[in-house]
Amino acid sequence: MKKRLVLTFPANRVEDPIVYHLIKDFDVLVNILNADITPGREGKLLVELKAPSDNMAKAEEFMLHRNIKLSPAIKNILLRENECVHCGSCSAVCFADALRMDIKTRKLIFSPDKCIACELCLKACPLNLFSLNLA
Amino acid sequence: MKSLEEINQKILSGDAVVMTAEEVSRMSLEYTPSEILKKVDIVTTATFAPMCSSGMFINFGHTDPPIRMERITLNNVPVHAGLAAVDAYIGATENSPFNERYGGANIIEELISGKEVKLKAWAKGTDCYPETEVEAVITKNTVNEMILFNPRNAYQNYPCAVNSSGKILYTYMGSLLPDLGNATFSTSGELSPLLNDPYLRTIGIGTRIFLCGTQGYISWYGTQCRTSGERNEFGVPVANSATLAVIGNAREMNSNYIKAAYFEKYGVTIFIGIGIPIPLLDKDMAAAVSVRNDQIHTKVCDYSIPGHPEIGRVNYAQLFSGYINLKNRKIRTASLSSVYTSRLIADELRSWIKNKKFLLTQPLELFPQDKNLNSLQRSL
Repeated sequence: MKKRLVLTFPANRVEDPIVYHLIKDFDVLVNILNADITPGREGKLLVELKAPSDNMAKAEEFMLHRNIKLSPAIKNILLRENECVHCGSCSAVCFADALRMDIKTRKLIFSPDKCIACELCLKACPLNLFSLNLA
Repeated sequence: MKSLEEINQKILSGDAVVMTAEEVSRMSLEYTPSEILKKVDIVTTATFAPMCSSGMFINFGHTDPPIRMERITLNNVPVHAGLAAVDAYIGATENSPFNERYGGANIIEELISGKEVKLKAWAKGTDCYPETEVEAVITKNTVNEMILFNPRNAYQNYPCAVNSSGKILYTYMGSLLPDLGNATFSTSGELSPLLNDPYLRTIGIGTRIFLCGTQGYISWYGTQCRTSGERNEFGVPVANSATLAVIGNAREMNSNYIKAAYFEKYGVTIFIGIGIPIPLLDKDMAAAVSVRNDQIHTKVCDYSIPGHPEIGRVNYAQLFSGYINLKNRKIRTASLSSVYTSRLIADELRSWIKNKKFLLTQPLELFPQDKNLNSLQRSL
C-alpha cells in the first residue's frame, strides 16, 4: 500500500534517525517529498511510504510510539475554490501536477492527492487563496 | 459589406447573429471569411487579466464646515489628493504602509461590492475651506461619484516571460522559476479584444464596451499604446502594442469582474474584465476575427537579463497547450489571464446584445496608426 503522510517530529526527536528505521526495520520504501527540520525545533517531513499493509501498520505504530505525529498529506494545502478566477498562475509553479488547467474548460483542477506541499502555490496565487493547514 | 447601422437594426429586430471570437475561430476551419461574413454579424471578445494601470476617481461630498483635502487615506492606504477639494484618485497599485498585500485595488473592489471604507483627510485650512481634519466612513451609496478610469488596459499582445538565472524571480508576470523552470504569459489569445481587430478599424475613441460588469467606454488610446510595431503574416503584432484607456461607472460594476490581486514581492494590482463587440463590416473584418491561437505569435523574453531580451518566439496554441519547446527544453507554461472568466464576459456581452440592451457604436475617432514608444533618458 502507498501513503502520503506528514510526519511531525517533536523537538527532542529531530536527531533520531527515524527514516533509517523505517527502511531497515520495516522494509518501507520512503520517498521524501519535502522536509523542514532544524535541530532543537519541531520538524516536519512530507513522505510517501510504500510497504505491505502489515509492515506499514508496524511502521506507523513505531513512529507513534516515538511521539511522531502522523497526518495525511492531503490536508496540507487548502484552496478556497469558490473564489478562484481560474487564471492559472498557481499551475505555473506546481511540478507535482496537483494544480493544472483543463485544456478545454480552462478551469483549474486541484488534485490534493498529488500535492507534495512544496508551498510554491501559496506565493503564486494573486488572490491569496491557498493556505497551509499544519493542524 | 454591412454598415454599423444595419447591424444595430438587426439587434433591435432580434435578427443579429452574435458569436464569440472563439466560436468564430473554430468556424474558420470550415468556412471562408466571405461565408463567415454572411453568417455572423457581431463577434464578442473579452479579457480578464491583471492590469496595473487602473484606478478610480471618487468624490466624497463636502462636510460642514468644508475641507480642501490635501492628504487622504482610505483604510490607511494613501490615495492621490492633488485635485479639487473632495475629489481623489485611487490608483490600483497604491500600497498600504502597514500591509504589503493590501492597497488601492482592494479599496476599489471593496467599495464596488458595497463595503464600508474608512476615510481620513488632512488640510492646512483656508478661508474658504477652514476644516483641517476629517474622519468618516464611506460606501458607494454615500459618495457622489465613483468613476473607474484606467489609463492602460487590454494590451494587444504581450511577451511571454521566462527566467534563465539561478534564482526564483517574483515579477508582475508571476513567480518565474530558475533555469527556465516555467514560462508565463498574459492574454486570452484568440478571444482577446485587440487581437481580433489588429489594425483597430472598429475599436476607437468612444467605443461602447463591457467594463467590469457594466457598460463603459473607450475614452482614448491607452498609455504606451504602440501601433507601429512588428506584425506577423496575419497582421497581428508580435509583442506589446496597442492599449486602451477606458472609463465607466464603478457604482454599477460587478465585483466578479474586478478583483484585487497581489503578486509576491511585486505588489498590489487588479484584475479587470473587458469585453468588446466587433461588427463584421466586411470580408477583412471577418478574416480578422477568424484568427486562431496558432496564428498569434509572441516573443519569449528573459526577465533575468536587463532589458528582458527576446530569446525565442512561440504561438498561443503552443502556450495554451501547457508546454513550449525552448532551447531544446520542454518548459511548463501558464497564463495569468483567466480564459475561463473571459468566456463568461464574452457570453454576458452576447446576451446583452441579444436582449437589445447593448448597441454597437461607431468610434468617434480612430487611434493613430504610427504611434511608437519613447524611453526615458536619464540625466543622472
